[in-house]
This record gives sequence, structure tokens and C-alpha cells, in this order.
Amino acid sequence: MSLLELKDVRIAYGGVEAVHGISLAVERGRIATILGANGAGKTTTLRAISGLIRPRSGSIRLADADISQTPAHEIVNRGIAHVPEGRRVFSTLTVEENLRLGAYRHRGHPEKVSSNMGRVYKLFPRLEERRQQLAGTLSGGEQQMLAIGRGLMPDPDILLLDEPSLGLAPKLVQEIFRVVRKINEQGVTVLLVEQNARLALRVSNYAYVLETGRIVLSGPADGLRRDPRVKKAYLGEK
Amino acid sequence: MGGVRTGVASAAESACAGRLPCRVEMAIFLEQLVNGLTVGAVYSLVALGYTMVYGVMRLINFAHGDFFMLGSYLGYTMLVTVLAQSNLPLWAMLCVATLVSVVAIACLGVFVERMAYRPLRKSSRLTAVVSAIGVSIFLQNAAMLIWGARYQAYPPWSVPEVSWTLGGVNVSLMQLLIMGISLVLMVSLYMFVQRTTVGAAIRATAIDHDTARLMGIDVDQIIRIIFVIGPGLGAIAGVLLGLYYRQIHFTVGWSYGLKAFTAAILGGIGNIPGAMVGGMLLGILEMLGAGYISAAWKDVFVFLILILLLIFRPTGILGERVAEKV
Ligand SMILES: Nc1ncnc2c1ncn2[C@@H]1O[C@H](COP(=O)(O)OP(=O)(O)O)[C@@H](O)[C@H]1O
Ligand SMILES: [Mg+2]
Repeated sequence: MSLLELKDVRIAYGGVEAVHGISLAVERGRIATILGANGAGKTTTLRAISGLIRPRSGSIRLADADISQTPAHEIVNRGIAHVPEGRRVFSTLTVEENLRLGAYRHRGHPEKVSSNMGRVYKLFPRLEERRQQLAGTLSGGEQQMLAIGRGLMPDPDILLLDEPSLGLAPKLVQEIFRVVRKINEQGVTVLLVEQNARLALRVSNYAYVLETGRIVLSGPADGLRRDPRVKKAYLGEK
Repeated sequence: MGGVRTGVASAAESACAGRLPCRVEMAIFLEQLVNGLTVGAVYSLVALGYTMVYGVMRLINFAHGDFFMLGSYLGYTMLVTVLAQSNLPLWAMLCVATLVSVVAIACLGVFVERMAYRPLRKSSRLTAVVSAIGVSIFLQNAAMLIWGARYQAYPPWSVPEVSWTLGGVNVSLMQLLIMGISLVLMVSLYMFVQRTTVGAAIRATAIDHDTARLMGIDVDQIIRIIFVIGPGLGAIAGVLLGLYYRQIHFTVGWSYGLKAFTAAILGGIGNIPGAMVGGMLLGILEMLGAGYISAAWKDVFVFLILILLLIFRPTGILGERVAEKV
């Protein structure tokens, strides 16, 4: 049974439809990737899953419960954490305050918050060194680590990652993908959105290719890596 | 040398023609400072309401001054009706009057937000400002219909008339109460916002609503909290100012509201410590201006400050750097 399933989801901004009826499924314990060029509708899809935008029609199911009408702040409690595009850390709050807010659903349970914080610091020791620093003073890579760490604080079943490697130096990109794999090994299902198709296909089990609001290709990541259309459009090979 | 000094002094004496404000004595300066800190504390309390709402919603709540005005009237009504009949000691009466006023105005604040602002949250900012002005006009007219267009006065028995002369400076119990209560409230608010998880959620919401929602923060609830705290502090300020100046009128929401708004801008709108400092500073400037230049022109100074600020330094004295927008 799929952990997360979208069926025929249409999403519009005002009157303009950006996502034209997409269906996808993410299996529990796996990593799925949505590939696509700028403006394809990847971010829009993730924002609909986490409740920031209401889809115009279609269903979004998490472990068989429809969440397409659930408010965003309750969706976190259902087990979906969304690490947004561009990191969006709270820049005038400290690293630790950012993490605490990630665990807002656990706010009555300080032991839970500190044990999760310990886990995040183990994953990203750099954050622990900087815990009293304002998030806005961190480097881009550190901010991405903080954004991911903040996404782990609520103990999500599934983590939505929107272009985590965007704008990072190659070494940091490798590091981020290594962490994504590690998070998944610890039992968190991942739905990844990426423009770095090569690395994304390497870490994921399944992938969807989105073009102007429609899924044009999908399949196991290994297969897509060899698909001539994917090679040409997304991997820069002939 | 001595002759010159006498000459200057007597020139000043004759120019002043015995007018009190001209006598540059330390005691008078200190007395004006105390007066300034007293009204400044009230401005700070009201300014916090403007600044917190702006920080979280980017809305200038023009009805905020009217929450303050209604708070003042409610305290007055409680005192002259129910409490006048009771045989509670005065301090208990004042506590009850303040408490009732705070609770009622906080409820009103939440209600106004729900009815007049929430439906417009996705519209342009100007639309919401027009709605706020509409609420303000409505509340003023409601107050005029309920309490009349004439000045009302807090009864003399309701004001503790105790004062001391410390080193030639006259300080009243009411002044100490106003400064003390305001200080306690402001420090508590600061601690709440800086030290608690809900406080951090308020700061996060001020930075980015969507990302706050991704954390599981109910933005509507945060806004409700803001509309309890802001109007609640406004109501306390209303009662305190009513007890201090005694007179209340349905237009004080505009006059004091605009001053408190100036204080909020002075400290950098959206900035909580800024509102506190801005209020105090404005109160002191106003009272020194009244003392040394002309009492009749004191409101003009305040609005001159507002205009100059808006033109030359709209980020306030604390500036962009520390202006964490809450
Ligand atoms: N807030 C918005 N208002 C209107 N149109 C938007 C908004 N956000 C995105 N769009 C449009 O929706 C489409 C998909 O955008 P997006 O989901 O951000 O793409 P991607 O994340 O794949 O780059 C684009 O055509 C974009 O212009
Ligand atoms: Mg995007």
C-alpha cells in the first residue's frame, strides 16, 4: 500500500491551472523523485500535498486518509514534513529556535524535543556548533542542513524535499544527497524534487518526470536513467 | 564676567516675563521627565498593539486607538456603576475595573479581527487599512452613542491622591503605578515573546506565514493571540490614563492612538522593544517640549516628529538591523 497517493490532482493559481491532473504514489520506506524543468509544477505539487494550496480537484491520500482539505498546520501532525524550496529558515531566530519550531507539535514534551534535537545534531554536527547563532548568519549549505533538520524534528513519516541541492557547491550537494539516503535508511519515506537529475536518480527508487503540469514519464529510477528521452532532456547525454 | 552673567540672566528673566516653563531649574526638568515617562509608558503600552499587529499581519490597525478609548470608558463605567455600590477597598475596585475592561476589550479585539480583517487577509493591504478605518469610525460612534459626546470624568474618589516630594520633585502614586505596571507588563511580554515556544511561533509567523504553517503553527491562532495581547494592553493603558488625566472622550482613540502610532514608528514598526523605547522617548520629548517651549504646542511636536520620521527615517531609530518584525 502506498503511503502517499495523488489521484488526478489539478491545481490552479487564481484562474490559471498550473498542474493538470497528476497522479503519483510513494511507497512506504522508499525515495521517490519528481524531476522537471523550472516552472513544470514541482513546487506547486508539494505545496498542495502539505496543504499550503488547495487543489482544484482530485484526491491526496496519506495512508488512506484524504488530506486534500486538511489545513497545513494539521498536516504536519499527520506525518508529512515539507522542507520548502529556498530553505526558508527563520533568519532572525537562532538555530535552536528554528529546530524547536520544527518540533512545534511536540511542544508539550520537552524530552521528545531534546532527543530529536540530539538526533539532528548527530546528523549535522555543524548545527550544534552554531546552535545559538541566528539562522540568517549561516552559510547556504548550513541553512539547508537546518531546513532539513527542522523538517525531521516533528518525526515525519514522509519528508518532502524541494530542491535541497539548489545553489550549493558540488561537495555540499554530495553531502546533502548522502544525508537524504541516511534519513531514508532511518525509516523516513522521502519525496524529492530535484533539477539535479543525475544524483536524484541515483538515490531514488522511483521517479516521475513532470513537464508543464503533466507527468510525461514514470518508472523505477534505474530504468529512467537509461531512458533515451531522460538522457537527452535531463542528463545532458546523447 | 559676573556682570555679563547677571545681564544674561536678567534678559532671560524679562523675556520670560515670569512664565514658569522658562525657569531652567533641575527640579522642573526632573518633574517634566517624570511626567514624560508616565505618559510615555502609556504610549508604549498602546504602541505595542500597533507594532505586534503590524509585525504579524503587515496591517496598521487604525482601530487600535479605539480599543484603548473603549478600555478607558469601560473602566470608568465599572467604577461609577457596579463598583461604586460595593464596599470593596479602592485597590480592589481598580483591579476589578481593569480586569473587566481588559477581558471585554480582548474579546472585542478577537471579534473585530475575525469579522473585519480575516476576510481581507488575502486582499491588498490598502483594503485592510480601509476596513480598519471603518472599524475605528464605527467604534467611535458607538462610544459616542453610549457615553455621549461630552467629556466624562473618572470620579475623584477613584484616584489615589497620594504624592511625595523627593528632592523638590513632585511624584504622585498614580505616576509610580503607571510606570511600574507598564514596566512589569512590558518585561513580561518581552520574556513571553523571546523565551517561550509560543513566543517563538509568533516571531516565526511575523517572518513567514507559510513556513510557520509548515511547522504546524496555526497562524489564525497566533493572530488571535496578538489580538488578545494588543487590545488587552490597550485597555490597561486606557484605564491608567483615565485615572491619570481623569477626563475621557470618544475621540481620545484618535489623538492618543496617533501618538502611540508615532511611538511605534519611532521605535521601528514591528519591533517590540522598539515600541517600548519609542513610547518612552516620545513621552519625554512631548513633556520637555511642553515644559520648555509651549504646552499648547505639545501635540504639534508629536506630529512633527511623526512627519519627519516618515520622511527621513521610516525604519525608526532602532533601524533595519534589529528590526525583527514582530
Ligand atoms: N504564486 C503563484 N501565482 C501564480 N502562478 C504561480 C505561482 N507559483 C507558481 N506559479 C506558476 O505555476 C507554474 C508552476 O510553478 P512551480 O510549481 O513553482 O514550478 P517548479 O517548482 O517546477 O519550478 C509556473 O508556470 C509558475 O509560473
Ligand atoms: Mg520549484
